[in-house]
This record gives sequence, C-alpha cells and structure tokens, in this order.
Amino acid sequence: MATIAELLERSGSRHSGYSYAFLDETAKRDLRRAMLKAVAIPGYQVPFGSREVPVAKGFGTGGLQITLSIIGPGDVIKVIDQGDDAGVNANNIRRLIERTTGLDTTLETAGATVIQTRHRVPEEVLREDQVLVLQVPYPEPLRLVERSQTAARTMHAEKDYARMWLALYEDVVRKGEVTIGAGYPVVVNHRYVMASTPVPRWDLPKLHRSKALHLFGAGREKRLYAIPPHTDVAPMEFEDHPFEVEGFGGTPCARCGAAATFLTERLNADGSRTLTCSDTAYCDLRLTGGKAETWY
Amino acid sequence: MYTSVKASLDAIKRAEKLITDDILSVEHPLRAAQIVESLSPLVEKVMAEGSLYDPGLGALAIIQAQGDPIEAAFLLRAYRSTLPRLGYSIPSRSEDVHVLRRISPAFQDVPGGQVLGRTRDYTLRLLDLSLANGASFPAAAGRDSRSSSENHAPPGDAAQATKAPPEFPVVLDYLRKDGYVEEAPAGSGEDEPFDVTTEPLRFPAKRSARLQIMARGEAGALLSLGYAAMRGYGESHAYVSEVRVGSVDVKIRHPITGNPAAIGRIPVTEAHAVFPGKASLNDRRADLTFGYGLTLGGDERKAISMAIVDENLSQRHHAGGLTQDDEFVLQNIDCVESSGFVEHLKMPHYVAFQADMQRTNRITELMKRVGRNGNHR
Repeated sequence: MATIAELLERSGSRHSGYSYAFLDETAKRDLRRAMLKAVAIPGYQVPFGSREVPVAKGFGTGGLQITLSIIGPGDVIKVIDQGDDAGVNANNIRRLIERTTGLDTTLETAGATVIQTRHRVPEEVLREDQVLVLQVPYPEPLRLVERSQTAARTMHAEKDYARMWLALYEDVVRKGEVTIGAGYPVVVNHRYVMASTPVPRWDLPKLHRSKALHLFGAGREKRLYAIPPHTDVAPMEFEDHPFEVEGFGGTPCARCGAAATFLTERLNADGSRTLTCSDTAYCDLRLTGGKAETWY
Repeated sequence: MYTSVKASLDAIKRAEKLITDDILSVEHPLRAAQIVESLSPLVEKVMAEGSLYDPGLGALAIIQAQGDPIEAAFLLRAYRSTLPRLGYSIPSRSEDVHVLRRISPAFQDVPGGQVLGRTRDYTLRLLDLSLANGASFPAAAGRDSRSSSENHAPPGDAAQATKAPPEFPVVLDYLRKDGYVEEAPAGSGEDEPFDVTTEPLRFPAKRSARLQIMARGEAGALLSLGYAAMRGYGESHAYVSEVRVGSVDVKIRHPITGNPAAIGRIPVTEAHAVFPGKASLNDRRADLTFGYGLTLGGDERKAISMAIVDENLSQRHHAGGLTQDDEFVLQNIDCVESSGFVEHLKMPHYVAFQADMQRTNRITELMKRVGRNGNHR
C-alpha cells in the first residue's frame, strides 16, 4: 500500500499546499466505510460526515467526495453533467480532480474506470470494472410525503411505504398518470425505496442488474447509498398503470441520427426545437463510426 | 467533442479570470492586515460561519471573495476540509471569559456590575460624512484601550485593576440557585461534543450538535428565526439575563503531562436568556426556561438570536412552532449549504427539465381536451 507521500510524488500536477485528492485521509476513510455499508445494504441511505469541498453545495459535492475517496493511481476519470462532458460544471469538477490528483481523464465512456455524473446514466452498457458515481440533490424519496427525516428513517426501517404508494395512486386519480418525471422512485433489491438522483425515467432500466457498481452521494444532505452490481432495481408502478420511459415520437438525434437515445432540446430563434443526444460521448462515437454495446 | 469541452473549459477559465482581474487590477488593493484592523465584525462573521479561527486567512478569504461574506465563509470551510481534526479543547465556563463588556438587562445591577464597554447600542446612527475624506474621529489620536476591564474599574483605582481581574459571576446561577430556572438541558455535560464537522446529524440532535450548528450558522438566518420566534412563530419573549463579550483561552490537555495548556485565545460573545411562564402546579417545572447563545467574535445580535432559538428547540416537546422544530432550524441555517443549493439552480438542468416537461406536456394536452368545468369538449 502506497503512502500519501508516495501518492503525492507519483501524481504529477498536484495543487501546492493541498493533499492528494484534496480531502484529508481521515475523511476519505470515513467515506469509504460508509460506502462499504451502502454496498452491503443496497438502496439504504447511509449518513456520513460530509465535508466541504471547493465546489458549492448543490454542485455535486456528494458525488465529488465519493470520487475523491475512491480514486488512486491508475484510475481514469470521466465527468459528465446532463450527459455532456463539455458542461461547465463537469469541466469544473474534472479540473479539480486533475489538479489535486494528476490523474488522466477521458471523454470516452469505455475508457473510464470511474465516471462521475449528474442526472444521466451513460447510454453505453457499463462493465464490472467501472464505477458510476451519481450526484444527488435529494436523497430522501419519501420527502414527497414526509418532510421529517426522523419519521422517514422509521418508515424505511419498517418498510412502510404505504403513503408513498398512496401518493402515486392519488397522482393517477387526479392527473391520469404518475407525474414524476425525473427522479422517479425505485425499489432496490425488493427492499428499500430509493431516489433516482434525478435521472430521467429513460435511465432507470439501466440500473436493473447492471454489471457496474453505482454509488450515489448527497453532500449537503450527508447521505450516500449504492446499487451493487447485479442488483434488482424496479420502478414503483401499478399493474394497470405500468411505468413508462420518455418518448420522442420517433424523432432521431439531429446530429448522429440515433433513433433510441435520450434526447435534449435546443430552442431555436423561431421557436422550433432541435433534438440531439444528451450523451455526447455516445453521439460522437456514432459519428466517428465507433461501436458500443448499448441498452437498447 | 473535444473542441466543445475545450470551449466550455475556456469559458469557465475566463469567467474566473474576470474575477481575479477585478481583484488584482484595482488601484488601491486591500491588504489582509487592513481588513483585520478595520473590518473586524466582517472577519469574525466569516471565521464564525467558516468554522475556522484565523484572522489572516479570514481577511484573505474576504479579499478573494471581494467582500461577499458567504463566499468568504465558504472558502474557509473548504480550506478546513484539508486539515485533520486533532482533538477537542477542555470546556470553558462563562466565568473564564476575559470580559470586555458585560451587561444584565434583567436586573438594575448585578454582582460585578453593568459594564457597558464598547457598544453601538446607544450611538446616534448619523452617517458621518467627515469619514468620506479619510478624516478620523476626534478621539483617534488618544485611542482608548478597547479593554473595558479598565472601563469597569472605578476611575483612579488603577492599582485595583492591575491586582486581579474583576469577577463577573454568572447572573443565571443566582436565578437557578433560587429554583426559578430549569436545570441545564440534558447533554450539557458531555465531555466530547458531537462533532458536526465529521459526523452526520441525527434527530433529535444532541444539544452540543445543535449549539455547534447555530454557532456556525448564518447570522442573518438566525436573526430571522429568533425574530420570528418573538413575534409568535415560537412562543417566546426573552429576558436577557446576561450578555458577555470578551475573549476566552482555548485549553487542551497537554499530550504528555495531561495538564491543561492554553493554546490560544479567541474572541467570543455569549448570551443567556430566560423565558417566564412555563410552570404549572401539575408538574412542578421551574417557571423560567433557558436559552444559550455563543458565537465567535463580537456579534451580540447573533448570540441573542441563538439563545432564543436554543430555548425554542429545548421546548420541542411542549409546542409545535416552526422555530421549535430542530430538523427545520438546524438544516436551514448553514450559509454554505443554503447558498450552494440555491445557486446550483444556475447549473444546466435541461435533462430533468426535459423529463418533467414530457409530463407537463401530457397533462396540458389533457386539460385542453377537458373544459374548465370538467366537461369534455
């Protein structure tokens, strides 16, 4: 096992005056212990001693603390925001990781060992040796029906999700369907109801029995949770109102022509919309003739 | 792809440069020492909310943040994350405060005396236009010592002042001795505090956790809650039994000898507040409840607000006011958390918006098909 001093030495471009991967080693150990617990209890929110990091709360501090605690020499990092490597926040987090570790970063999904993401799961199928770190604003799915954290924890402990089901039912009665768009609640390993970060509904099927480890971090709320590889993940749904993912009416990506990816809108001056892949790395891969296994 | 990554990286670098240029290109750049000297309330606020006592770094953070206190506190918080937690100091008592100012509004006079010291309370808030030209107050030449232990000493009794520091017994202790005030809330004697910087908060929060979160809470947020509590959203009218301003030695156990060793001194402001009207013949409670406020630096407004909210939180089992709900109060007063989350709304959100808009779209279509009165068109 390498010492901190050795790690510092091996990393080329560290930021002077700061330790490897910014956080002090005690903090990282704390976080890793919490992660081990999270992996052992899929979907359960583990409270952890969230630290301040040099990006603002709400900008991905939970995901960032997870990433900083698990990376080391040899890792290759990819950071995306809304599926896009070029997002301003993705860039900012990427340069912080580069600056404090000297690690290589990549834009290619397949080339990364750790991918930190906000609000998307990549379109390419992830492998066993990859970790997806998701940034979470609201870790508590029950906040929809219960604002007290203490009460919500008790409900989780007792697997008491009646009010959650009732809220979804009332949604169907009043509005004809469950109106939750992004961040649709899921049941993990047939046990815990979990907030899905908010990724679009589109990405939820990718979480089911994925080969990769998924780690979720909410820095401001001081909670982290995990979906270990090969874990069952099911959206909360009714038999007569099955869960549906978003549809784009058959419109392909205006850039690469993909017919089955999650598309995002650009508003044009004339009020029309142009739809392109939200996962820009996958879009690029298609444009350059590359091949990758996708979920569809 | 690489080009757009590069373009976006360039954009954030330029945005950053616009700020550093602003800081570096001014005609009269501020130096940290000037800020420490002239803007002590600001430096203290930033250190208190940044949870790090170092006036030099506090001033540096203020320069880097161009005077934005929340941003400056955030800079200090992020910096302190890189430092290990080495230990906890030995608890100090109110009597240990080297008093610069100490008043007890609840009594006409108290043992140790009313020491007005340095306060703006009775200044006339007339904007002093002579300060605009760099002119100074007339008194500046023979500047009074800020130590009010001298103010406290009777005039001409200099020998007395040098002999022994004046003693300021805690006013609350008299009230407590007579059975008027409830005993200190449970948990007050914890040896090691619950450390909110390394442990996640659980509810109901331990008192040490509650006090820490409030001590580093945003002064304006606490002011607002304390004010709301007084106006009926809690159920409290406070009497301040004491406000103490001064400094206190930070003592730790010497790692080898085990004896207490002072490692430095920090400025603090403490407020004790009591609230009448809680007794009943049924349960023999003392009539006065109690709230405690303490903050780094000289912010009396914050210390008193904190004392009000502390009392409100102690009464959580007896009433249902918003300021009595520890989950509500303790999770909404941290400036780094609240400002970050509000400002995160400026980040791209188009994926979630797209997903939500598909639902909005569907229900909007549905509403168009159904008339306002619910009849199908």
